[in-house]
Amino acid sequence: MSSMLQSRWWSWGFRSAVMLYFMILIVFPILGIYGKSLSAGWSTFADNIVEPLAWKAVTLTIKLAVIATIINVFVGTMSAWVLVRYRFPGRRLLNSLVDLPFALPTAVAGLMILLLLGPHSLVGEWAEKLGFTILFHQPAIIIAMIFVTFPFVIRAVQPLLEEMDTSEEEAAYTLGATKAVTFWKIILPNMLPGILSGAMLAFSRALAEFGAVVLVAGNIPGKTLIASVYIFGEIESDNTIGATAVSVVLLTFSFLILWTVNYVQMRGGNG
Amino acid sequence: MHIEVNGLNKKFGEFQAVKDVSFEIEKGQLIGLLGPSGGGKTSILRMLAGLESVDDGDIVFHGKRVNDLPPQERGIGFVFQNYALFKHMTVEDNISFGLEVKKWTKAKIKARVAELVELTGLSGFEKRYPHQLSGGQRQRVAFARALAPEPQLLLLDEPFAAIDAKIRHELRSWLRDMIDRLGITSIFVTHDQDEAIEVADQIMIINKGRLEQKGTPWEIYKNPESPFVAGFIGESTIVDDVSSLKGFGHASDWPGTKALIRPEYVEVGKAADFELLSATEPGRVRHVHFRGSEWLVEVEVGTSRLVTYRSLEKEILHPGDEVQVLIHRAYLFNDNDSWVMENKLKEDPMPVHI
Repeated sequence: MSSMLQSRWWSWGFRSAVMLYFMILIVFPILGIYGKSLSAGWSTFADNIVEPLAWKAVTLTIKLAVIATIINVFVGTMSAWVLVRYRFPGRRLLNSLVDLPFALPTAVAGLMILLLLGPHSLVGEWAEKLGFTILFHQPAIIIAMIFVTFPFVIRAVQPLLEEMDTSEEEAAYTLGATKAVTFWKIILPNMLPGILSGAMLAFSRALAEFGAVVLVAGNIPGKTLIASVYIFGEIESDNTIGATAVSVVLLTFSFLILWTVNYVQMRGGNG
Repeated sequence: MHIEVNGLNKKFGEFQAVKDVSFEIEKGQLIGLLGPSGGGKTSILRMLAGLESVDDGDIVFHGKRVNDLPPQERGIGFVFQNYALFKHMTVEDNISFGLEVKKWTKAKIKARVAELVELTGLSGFEKRYPHQLSGGQRQRVAFARALAPEPQLLLLDEPFAAIDAKIRHELRSWLRDMIDRLGITSIFVTHDQDEAIEVADQIMIINKGRLEQKGTPWEIYKNPESPFVAGFIGESTIVDDVSSLKGFGHASDWPGTKALIRPEYVEVGKAADFELLSATEPGRVRHVHFRGSEWLVEVEVGTSRLVTYRSLEKEILHPGDEVQVLIHRAYLFNDNDSWVMENKLKEDPMPVHI
């Protein structure tokens, strides 16, 4: 009896501690941002959003994050396929390298790109000859975003591919399906939940990236200034409401994505 | 479809999975590939399907060599051990997959799917997903899906392995009926001798990559061509010194020969039960086991211990009872040869004892 009571106390204690932790660390700060952004009224909020530079920063961020995500969906799915289906020397090493962007400080990632693609580097010169600059322009931002979000799609697709029984493919072959048909009708639908949730996570992460991007973007307002750097700038110039207004836009976007991911994963789990 | 296989060989690395296997199968037959696990049965089946390449030898369907044809073009249906149903598709979509791939018209697909759903007793489950079905239902979906494109040859890899014993029995006879009705040449792999004997027209015993024997279940039981086959089919005891058993004295002409004796070759009873008492010898009952529909009696004769069945209608034996034992025949084998030997004293009513 006493042990039961004890375990009930434990369970209550644990739940409360976790709830409190969530509240203090996540819920209150978020509510704070929403509150602060609206503290000077709706019109100030709206003004801060439609302010051309702020609006441009937000749309630019979304545009570049979409491009980075699309590239990651293709390369990531391909990488996952290669890592699961092929056996070759160096596969394990490659597989462990996938997580590097998660482990590396994003500023270091930015620095790497800076050195690799700068005007005096081999790649930079080569691009220059072709007539475009990478560094301090949009391509550099996309590359930084791709780098930091690289693992998401791979790690979401990999387990699905590993779990997938090759006999499903063989069954399709014996039923007369070509390799292409088998890929589109059997393999891709199996990978799709992973691709979608990986893409969503990669997108929301790309939307929020600061460290890697700030070093390589050039941060020219209206041209290469992305939302997270804009927020930083607003704080520096003491416009808290402007910073929170853009933050709220990003935050709302992230929430929508998170819910979509959850929904997709739930459906993937059932189907 | 008429099938001919000549000198089939397959190696996986250093492991020789299939060795010089040749056989021929008549159209419309149901063949069981029987043998211990890892013996190469599944490799043979997969080579017939084109899912595994052939190292050496020929596979001929209808007089046409198909070695280099991909599985898509062999006109086969394959039922996988784990069914390999398409998880993200409904029962209906699983069955129609092969038809859509072959570009059948919508109306024809609909009719064919309805026909197969009816045939496999899956009515009402068309819209379900594989994870919403029982094991037996999944098996039938796999069967319907394989049959839908009207294959000429149906290959089944351990079709009942993942199903519990009771339903397995039902499904077996269902499959037998179905294949009889459709008249489609079929080959199934199994490691369960009861399954093979019950279902197959002909059995091929595969061991260590070799085809040990091919024949009807009765032929294989009656005239096993190798000690492995004799031991694999039915129950049996091996007797090292067969010449010490009464009626088999002349087995000593072949030194190094052992005998395999099946329970049904042996009869036990009181002296009065036998007409030819001279062909029997005394033994002692060691154990009796009740087996549900009969007794299993272990009896000691000289230094050998034999096993036999005894009807429940007969007098109950107890351990320690003195009985007369008649051995009707034994399956003799040595390193070079194997043959069935009848009890000589049984044949000759006036035996001469020296």
